[in-house]
Amino acid sequence: MVDKENKQAESSSKLLDWIDQRFPYTETMKQHITEYYASKNFNIWYVFGVLAMVILVIQLFTGIFLTMNYKPSADDAFSSVEYIMRDVEWGWLIRYMHSTGASFFFIVVYLHMFRAMLYGSYKKPRELIWIIGMLIFIVLMAEAFAGYLLPWGQMSYWGAQVIISIFGAIPFIGEALVEIIRGDYSISDITLNRFFALHVIALPLALVALIFVHIVALHEVGSNNPDGIEIKEHKDHNGIPIDGVAFHPYHTSKDLVAIIIFLMIFSFVVFFAPDMGGYFLEYANFEKANPTATPEHIVPVWYFTPFYALLRAVPDKLGGAIAMGLAVILPLFLPWLDRAKVKSIRYRGWIYKTALTSFAISFVSLGVLGVLPAEGIYISLARFFGLIYFAFFILMPYYSKIDKTKPVPNRVT
Amino acid sequence: MKNIIKKLLISVAALIFSINVFAATEQSLLVANNNPHDVESLQRGARNFMNYCSGCHSAEYVRYEVIASDLGLSDQQVKEYLMFNAQQTFETINTSMLEVDAAGWFGQAPPDLSLMARAKGTDYIYTFLKSFYIDKSSPTGVDNVVLAGTSMPNVLWELQGHQVNLEEDGINHLELEIQGKMSPEEFDFFLRDTVNFLEYMSEPIRNARRALGIKVLFFLAFFLSLAYFLKKEIWKDIK
Amino acid sequence: MTEKVDQSKRHFLTIATAVTGSAGIAFAAVPFLSSLKPSARARALGAPVEVPLGSLEPGEMVRVVWRGKLVYVLRRTEEMLQRLSGVTEFLRDPNSADTELQPSYASNEHRSVDPEFLVVEGSCTHLGCAPIPQFEVTPSTDWFGGFFCPCHGSKFDLSGRVYKGVPAPTNLKVPPYSFTQTNVITIGIDSGNA
Repeated sequence: MVDKENKQAESSSKLLDWIDQRFPYTETMKQHITEYYASKNFNIWYVFGVLAMVILVIQLFTGIFLTMNYKPSADDAFSSVEYIMRDVEWGWLIRYMHSTGASFFFIVVYLHMFRAMLYGSYKKPRELIWIIGMLIFIVLMAEAFAGYLLPWGQMSYWGAQVIISIFGAIPFIGEALVEIIRGDYSISDITLNRFFALHVIALPLALVALIFVHIVALHEVGSNNPDGIEIKEHKDHNGIPIDGVAFHPYHTSKDLVAIIIFLMIFSFVVFFAPDMGGYFLEYANFEKANPTATPEHIVPVWYFTPFYALLRAVPDKLGGAIAMGLAVILPLFLPWLDRAKVKSIRYRGWIYKTALTSFAISFVSLGVLGVLPAEGIYISLARFFGLIYFAFFILMPYYSKIDKTKPVPNRVT
Repeated sequence: MKNIIKKLLISVAALIFSINVFAATEQSLLVANNNPHDVESLQRGARNFMNYCSGCHSAEYVRYEVIASDLGLSDQQVKEYLMFNAQQTFETINTSMLEVDAAGWFGQAPPDLSLMARAKGTDYIYTFLKSFYIDKSSPTGVDNVVLAGTSMPNVLWELQGHQVNLEEDGINHLELEIQGKMSPEEFDFFLRDTVNFLEYMSEPIRNARRALGIKVLFFLAFFLSLAYFLKKEIWKDIK
Repeated sequence: MTEKVDQSKRHFLTIATAVTGSAGIAFAAVPFLSSLKPSARARALGAPVEVPLGSLEPGEMVRVVWRGKLVYVLRRTEEMLQRLSGVTEFLRDPNSADTELQPSYASNEHRSVDPEFLVVEGSCTHLGCAPIPQFEVTPSTDWFGGFFCPCHGSKFDLSGRVYKGVPAPTNLKVPPYSFTQTNVITIGIDSGNA
């Protein structure tokens, strides 16, 4: 009995040796999973990174199976989606998972980014992780935008028409750029085909590469934590951070719980509310694209609306485009705009807390305003919240410096 | 901190729920109140659709055999009662009216109705079908309060009768002037069944997906309890 | 004492979680794998094809397409049927021993449900060309009518059975079919399953 077990253990360790001589398997496992240490006091805000990875896997998998049945031509795209919904076995489920996944990707990513703002995860030595993350965000927006054209519904067509024409506002190169993006003189079958290539291959590859680099950069310096202290500064006699716990089995078991809760919320939407009141699957998109009939309200999908609201808040076409672009670019500079000596909001003063709260309220309000028509009081509100959004970044070098911070403890709490 | 987030979420939720995504139309819509689980209603709706709508409107994504299995009808029944211009049950509902002719006669080809209930909502369609009124100046002799200037004639006039619009100060008020074959209540029932069927056609899998969802959630809840206790057990190591 | 209990509880929970997780993954895999099956449209396009026989004269052949394949339906005369026994010695597989090529109800000399009607795929078993019908008897010793493939000269008799000494290795394939009504053959619906 014991002999047999020993023999099994021996042969599996022999196999492992064979592999390890040719590939850094055990070494990688140790360095990044079983002997990689992260703080023991992670709270719910720390769950969104792993959830984003889960969603990435869901999108890649469902995307592959959708591509097996989808036809990227203006004549067939819309019907091919209905074909998937009705004729392909379980096609409806694969489609709903993909559409729900797209929206959840942004919910999770926005919360993931907000965590960084709460706990100063973008500050030294994690500036590069933040920059790579912002690049991921931009690529993700492009990926979602390209993907949204593919069903070739009314909102797909007209949303793309509006957003692409924004690039026309850029002086000198604008019109030529728009033509290059479209591949035609207006959004057409040609545009659809190239957006298909971008959405299915080019951007996913870029996304996966960036995410890999993002995690490598993270593992180089180690995770931050809700107290914003560097756990590597206090190691025990074995060289292990005292406030750290091994990623496996501690964070893996904890993340599993979070993942299942996420899957429950995700499943609730997929099975009971895939339309989400017209926010996840817009009603107008159940009509085939008609280049001669413009819908009454053209709005981008909900996750773009904060930036769309900023675009509309500026009465000038070029000005609006610049505002929208700036809104996306400004967060990149957070590591250098933020002059505070402390990382976590737990030890910052009331000025920063007020600023961050106002920023969050503005971002969400801009999102809501982006869905509403640009009329009456909504215009003024969009401008008001827009100002707060920009002020948060532009004034940060000043107020983060004068903010009265609290003393940061040595150990995590 | 937690308090701030709570307040934020509540105010955002309030803002979002106060917006009606359908804010497009001025007309406030009547409620269709159809029951997607009422199979008999769906059967009547299927009959209504084939009799009154399929002459002009196709439902090009809907197969007769799917209607048969979802509505509890045999192939024989579907062939006899629902299939007018199709031979095989795997075919989709297509109208014999050529698009090019229709566009010529009505100005616009009657749209396919497979997804209309998802695009516009059942309440919209219900109200639309109820809101025709006599307008001598229009080419079809009628106009519609929900979609002014519609090129669709009032195909249900025999059942509903004829309405007139006693408009005052821009506020529409429809009244039944000539009785149809059905009383107003009977007509409402008729419309409810029809709109029910339209909703079914726009997403045949709806009932099945919800039923599966319950099972999925139960499984995940069970899985969650195991994972939770496992986590607690493993984290006992940590002070 | 407490440590030992903890270990076994931990062990149990790990196994239970792992098993449930694997079950979940298996459940989740089902929709994806099922989506690879022929869709409703594929099934519709591959649906059985009805061949009405009322207007088919004796000695006449009609061509239909089923699942993208050419199928011949030949109404044989009494005389044609009599010729079938005379040609046996020239055939590679006169008794249809190769069971892959015809349903059980076509494992006979006339290779069909009803001797009068032959139903075969019009695809030469050599390289797939469509054999040409040649039903007249020629003065040569072994040709009693049948199908001739123009591509490489393969010959099949009036039951679609392959001759010896030709490139084609096997008899012409008989697709599943049945008489769904007295004068109607449906290709794609098996006899006994209809």
